[in-house]
Amino acid sequence: MKSLVKFFQSSVGKKIAMSLSGLFLCTFLIVHVSINLLLFVNDGGAMYNEYSAFMSSNVIIRTIEIVLFLGIVIHMISGVWVWLKNRASRPIGYDTYKLSDNAPLSSRTPMLTTSAALVGFFLVSHLITFWIPTRFGAEHKLPYVMVSEAFSDPTLGIFYIIAVAFLGFHLKHGFQASFQTLGLKTKRYLWLIQSLAVIFWLLIPLAFAAMPAYFLWFR
Amino acid sequence: MNFTLKIWRQKNRTDEGRFVEYTVKDISPDASLLEMLDVLNNDIVRKGEDPVAFDHDCREGICGSCGLVIDGRSHGPNRGIATCELRMRSFRDGNTIVVEPWRAKAFPIIKDLVVDRSAFERIMQAGGYVSTKTGGVPDANAIPIPKPVAEEAMDAAACIGCGACVAACPNGSAMLFVSAKVSQLALLPQGQVERTERVQRMVARMDAEGFGNCSNNYACEAECPKKISVEHIARLNREFIRAKVAG
Amino acid sequence: MKLESKIPAGPIEKKWDDHRFNLKLVNPANKRKYTIIVVGTGLAGASAAASFGELGYNVLAFSYHESPRRAHSIAAQGGINAPKNYANDGDSIYRLFYDTVKGGDYRAREANVYRLAQVSNSIIDQCVAQGVPFARDYAGYLDNRSFGGAQVSRTFYARSQTGQQLLLGAYSALSRQIGEGQVKFFSRREMVDLVLVDGMARGIVVRNLVTGELESYAADAVVLATGGYGNVFYLSTNAKACNATAVWRAYKKGALFGNPCFTQIHPTCIPVGGDYQSKLTLMSESLRNDGRIWVPKKQGDTRKATDIPEEERDYYLERLYPSFGNLVPRDVASRRAKEMCDKGHGVGPSKMAVYLDFADAIRRNGKAWIEEKYGNLFDMYHEITAEDPYKTPMRIYPAVHYTMGGLWVDYNLMSNIPGLYVIGEANFSDHGANRLGASALMQGLADGYFIIPYTIGDYLASTKFKPVKTDDPPFRESTKTINDMVNKLMSIQGTRTVDDFHKDLGKIMWEYVGMGRSEKGLKKALKFIPELRKEFWSDVKVTGKENDLNAELEKAGRVADYLELGELMALDALNRSESCGGHFREEHQTEEGEAKRNDKKFSYVAAWEFKGENKKPALQKEALEFEYVKPSQRSYK
Repeated sequence: MKSLVKFFQSSVGKKIAMSLSGLFLCTFLIVHVSINLLLFVNDGGAMYNEYSAFMSSNVIIRTIEIVLFLGIVIHMISGVWVWLKNRASRPIGYDTYKLSDNAPLSSRTPMLTTSAALVGFFLVSHLITFWIPTRFGAEHKLPYVMVSEAFSDPTLGIFYIIAVAFLGFHLKHGFQASFQTLGLKTKRYLWLIQSLAVIFWLLIPLAFAAMPAYFLWFR
Repeated sequence: MNFTLKIWRQKNRTDEGRFVEYTVKDISPDASLLEMLDVLNNDIVRKGEDPVAFDHDCREGICGSCGLVIDGRSHGPNRGIATCELRMRSFRDGNTIVVEPWRAKAFPIIKDLVVDRSAFERIMQAGGYVSTKTGGVPDANAIPIPKPVAEEAMDAAACIGCGACVAACPNGSAMLFVSAKVSQLALLPQGQVERTERVQRMVARMDAEGFGNCSNNYACEAECPKKISVEHIARLNREFIRAKVAG
Repeated sequence: MKLESKIPAGPIEKKWDDHRFNLKLVNPANKRKYTIIVVGTGLAGASAAASFGELGYNVLAFSYHESPRRAHSIAAQGGINAPKNYANDGDSIYRLFYDTVKGGDYRAREANVYRLAQVSNSIIDQCVAQGVPFARDYAGYLDNRSFGGAQVSRTFYARSQTGQQLLLGAYSALSRQIGEGQVKFFSRREMVDLVLVDGMARGIVVRNLVTGELESYAADAVVLATGGYGNVFYLSTNAKACNATAVWRAYKKGALFGNPCFTQIHPTCIPVGGDYQSKLTLMSESLRNDGRIWVPKKQGDTRKATDIPEEERDYYLERLYPSFGNLVPRDVASRRAKEMCDKGHGVGPSKMAVYLDFADAIRRNGKAWIEEKYGNLFDMYHEITAEDPYKTPMRIYPAVHYTMGGLWVDYNLMSNIPGLYVIGEANFSDHGANRLGASALMQGLADGYFIIPYTIGDYLASTKFKPVKTDDPPFRESTKTINDMVNKLMSIQGTRTVDDFHKDLGKIMWEYVGMGRSEKGLKKALKFIPELRKEFWSDVKVTGKENDLNAELEKAGRVADYLELGELMALDALNRSESCGGHFREEHQTEEGEAKRNDKKFSYVAAWEFKGENKKPALQKEALEFEYVKPSQRSYK
């Protein structure tokens, strides 16, 4: 236990915690997006409602849910911790500072912190809108009705799209960076990591964004 | 060529410091940036003032002494060279050039553009070696090392310890420097015995010195005068995990 | 004064082994009672300090740099020699010994050179064990290349950064000792005086370059590993901070200075560009493995190199020296380049350069092959000159590179002052009148790893030491003398900067004590240098404060020493009325323009003794005897 604590106290250890929790959250995104895609099944939301009911009642899923929350917490804490130390490492900044083109916009600290903050904020509001009512609400509307109502509201729908775009940005850096931090990013596997990364930073956010877009403009 | 220079002047560790503007005239485009500073300093001395202090020595890009942030880039605008190798033809005539010291909590400023990089020394002392003693070693050819492995170790060993990676990193992280040494010795058979201990000790020392964490934006690699790859950082991370799991 | 070289008796192959057996030992438990000061932590100093630490001595190591890794050993490019005979081309210890004595034009001690060749194999083993990534072949074994003055491939290398890798190896060993507390490292300290107590070297005074404070340190022995003095010439391949102050102040405390005029001019450097130039950049000798040196046959030819047809080119080294070709020793290659330029065949804007051409090698082996071998040198050249050496030949010209002269030492590497050891380039060394390529790294590490750790033990074990404190009178006197000097330099407030004087001195040295020397010229130098020195002490302007980081003050102290050392070099060059190796007296040459030695009169080491300020130093001679390699006219035809 002591050595585990020491491991996560070290700079590299913290980063590894962040990477592992991040990658774990990525796997959750796959599950989430697959269920959400059921919205597009042309059955008036029957299948979607069924799955949602299953997800909120199954014991295994509910256990994983706890792990998922733990993952979010670890990811956030390690992220904030790393960020604080990084800020302290350069108390006096430069007058003129140009990051090289090696560092794309998504990898730059302001982008990482902004996207992290926005995604975090989104997560909370998302939980309040959908997750809490379905899980704890004594009486709630059918999930499909909730989603279609929410996404038909332009404010909520557009906020959702923006948030998902930032999630994409966050993952554009985060997914590949996790492999670097875990020491798995080598020349040999670079192509594989880069291809997988496209799924996470481009395809999944697009799929998420497709839902409000569908309810807003195409229905 | 003529230039306006905006140079950081700071009397000592505790002084607040400020930018001072100078002008230099009739500089040859073939002169190096440090030679331009020599010209400036001789002018300053003739005026009876204290010249600009900056670290430099070999002036051929290998000793790692020099290191200035020039117009916002460590070692200036060109890739793969140290400050001393930068020639004035890389700038446009009449421009203003901003010259600043390396900035990081772990590199306190001693005077003007001279910083204290002894944190690197302590990281090296924590484990940047093979604990062999003089004498009592096998014949040099006793252990063959595959050429690609030796070459990769050499890529890492080319580090000149200038600190440009720290200066360029938005987080003031020393990961590229530390990983270059860890990687070199992890690749070579001679480094295997102490592999587990080495990476843990060097990372612990790096953390204690106040360097930031790597946020994988690879600015270090872009500014490294020896073009050391961030793949070595990946190897350091791998070594670290291996040490914790296997060690 | 009688110079005792202390060369052991017996056949040359057995001298060192016998001597090692006869040396007294310090018992392991007693080693911690002794303190050794090591000044300078380049290859020689770092390897010595690390080895002392491993043995258990207390070591105080000093450097004017912030880190040992900044020492100028780091810039050595080409490689390090060892007669491993891995190439199976007939190499042996004896052949390396022979080549080195011959290459040095018979002005080195045979016994020292043989020992150097003997221990050099262990250096390679040691470095590999430290994790030095030497170049390897596809079977994974160590690769070799050829260097000037040898017909075998015995040079081990790590790209064009061999010095860097060897220094980092020694530095890592030293770092380990520092980490363990066995060696205390003092960074940014410049030695400004040697302290003698009862005639023995017992300490040093250093200037803390950050605070300006003068600090005293006491020990049982002092080892100087402070490098060479090529910067007397202002422009050289040395780093800017390389200086002679430590050895010069030791000289003024009574240590003899051996062969000060023996300077190596390296043939392949990037030519001087203009007045702003602060140093010259070396292009490794290894380039002569694949590059061909030529000049246009027509004098004053202004065509582009690539426009000059093959038959109008003079590959003069290949023409004059068919068997060694472009790989003749450095002194020969340098002199011939100068001769070609003096005759009007020089190229480039200054007409003081010759071509080093890779077109044939690129045609033969492809650009990628050249890139792998010399890529970083080509990049460096491109960066400095804005010319692409893959497309047009490099322009090169000789430049001051190394000084074979230095403080005189005996076989144990101890100077005539008991307890003062001098190693690496700082001593007058094993290279005679000319050093062969890839031998400096070899000598520095041989001295530091494998010679001084033995010989210093003998001195410590056989000497009685009385306790010495740093506030004893000799330390206080030294501190006062240095303080006065600093105050004087700060108080002159003349009109010319230190660099101005240094450049002037450089011009005198290059003109009269450079590649070609003559009685007339040397006498001029002996007139001009004291004049310049006088002017310096009345008109130099040093600004800033003495109790602060003050680079101008550092330079001023060093230039003050050069202004004295330069004179000694000229004096020694004038005294040595013969040509040998890098010392070329125009009056003494063969019909073919080669250096003509006078063994009857000058087969000796000229060791100069300080007799007081502005007094002529006294010459002591150590006769050189050659039992094994009989002196002959060097021929590389």
